Amino acid sequence: MGPYLAIVSASARILLQYRAAAFAGIVTQLFFGFVMVQAYTAFYAAATQPPPMALAEVVGYIWLGQAMLGLFPWNVDPEIRAQIRTGGVVYELLRPVDLYSLWFARAVARRTAPTLLRAVPMFIIAAALLGLPPPPSPEAFLAWIASTFCALVLSAAITTLLSITLMWTLSGDGAMMLVVSVVVFFSGQAVPLPMFPEWLQPLITSLPFRGLIDIPFRLYLGHIPAAEAPSLLAFQLAWAAALILFGRALMAHGRRVLVAQGG
Amino acid sequence: MFTTMRQTISLYARLVSVSMRGQMQYRASFLMLLAGTFAVSFLEFVAVWVMFDRFGHLRSWSLAEVAVFYGLVNTGFALAEATSRGFEHVHQAIRSGTFDRVLLRPRSTVLQLAGQELQLRRVGRFAQGALVLGWAWMELGLGLDLPRLALTVLSVLGAGSLFYALSVLGGMMSFWTVETLEILNCVTHGGNFAGQYPITIYRDNFRRFFTWIVPLACVTYYPALAIVGRTDPMADPVCWLAPLAGFAFLAVSLRLWSFGVTRYRSTGS
Repeated sequence: MGPYLAIVSASARILLQYRAAAFAGIVTQLFFGFVMVQAYTAFYAAATQPPPMALAEVVGYIWLGQAMLGLFPWNVDPEIRAQIRTGGVVYELLRPVDLYSLWFARAVARRTAPTLLRAVPMFIIAAALLGLPPPPSPEAFLAWIASTFCALVLSAAITTLLSITLMWTLSGDGAMMLVVSVVVFFSGQAVPLPMFPEWLQPLITSLPFRGLIDIPFRLYLGHIPAAEAPSLLAFQLAWAAALILFGRALMAHGRRVLVAQGG
Repeated sequence: MFTTMRQTISLYARLVSVSMRGQMQYRASFLMLLAGTFAVSFLEFVAVWVMFDRFGHLRSWSLAEVAVFYGLVNTGFALAEATSRGFEHVHQAIRSGTFDRVLLRPRSTVLQLAGQELQLRRVGRFAQGALVLGWAWMELGLGLDLPRLALTVLSVLGAGSLFYALSVLGGMMSFWTVETLEILNCVTHGGNFAGQYPITIYRDNFRRFFTWIVPLACVTYYPALAIVGRTDPMADPVCWLAPLAGFAFLAVSLRLWSFGVTRYRSTGS
């Protein structure tokens, strides 16, 4: 465990340096959050049938989404991309550590540090001024914390999987955009998942991506009762385990075909 | 005057064609990028559809009407995104000192930066916006109505100029600071996002900002009112005059840019 924890803490400390970027990020997220809240308020004002979530819950969902944005598997690790491009990845293969765990540890740090930087101020602003309610019960709070950790594992597993695909192609930016936009869509980041039409719900609830956003947020808001938390946490962890195993298998295959670039 | 103009245009065409040929060298990767850009903006529209599927309408607006807003703002945004790349990279050129080279060449800085790169993959977003616009057109039964078509083109060009101007302003600001650039993204990407819905759903301050300071409502909302048939395009001068605000905004930003250039102090070694 030792070397991996060291990697997590070193990568995190590097990322914590970018405070100005974090400030700009918060301003941008406040802006997007405002636009979304106003759009939903307008939709709700003329709703004829009761929607599946109350407006206050949607507002909470939106601000949680803006606060926890950093946790989302948006991209691959740019340093791993650079290593594969320059051939530097051979040094990584020589190190006496497991490559998958190394990349996974980097991904954990990559998602944690910016989330901490942005989430704390966003939570304070959103709770004080913008109508983000506190969790309805201590159980809901604990369920949210636990499922956020599961979301982090899931997010790191997806990030690592995306990084592994770089072993085959470096010009996969287009495919990456496609994958990420599908993940955004089915996670609840674009529209809260309960808003989707009923006929899409079976698909949405079986895909792993709701474990990133939808499950932790609805546990926080009490929209899903805390009593259901154990089965949802199991859902998140089962998908994370499946993605990790798949990533490991893919990497084992990738290491056999990997041709190092550079001289 | 005339010959310099012609030279400028032909030089711009030359620069752009070099940039395009460069991008076409990696054809498969280019096509994937195109598909990726298309998919990203397609799913954005699906998100709008999800809301209409749930609620039926937004105040008095139908999905087809909102699709007109969406199409106008996205095609305009894609035009600007594709062509304004040079201005987005100014801060890097300043930091590394390579902006000196731009100043040494005997052509205007605007021409050189405008011609630096034409991002072909933005065709993906443009195509998606145009498709949504076309779908809305059919759905609203607008037919081959020349004034409305002309107004659509004017509105898209106005929106394109507005977003282009924001990139120019970003480049101008980087003569003083690079810290604030991210915040300008709020206005560009945030404006694109906010412009997908009719401006009347937003609060007063927000609406004023996007009408009088950054005239986004002028280039999309007012012409769209006439396009969807809420006002009569032939009787309403506002819908024709409002998109011109986008061109005026671009003209002002180019003046500010020239002012910024005079304040440039090289940092390179």
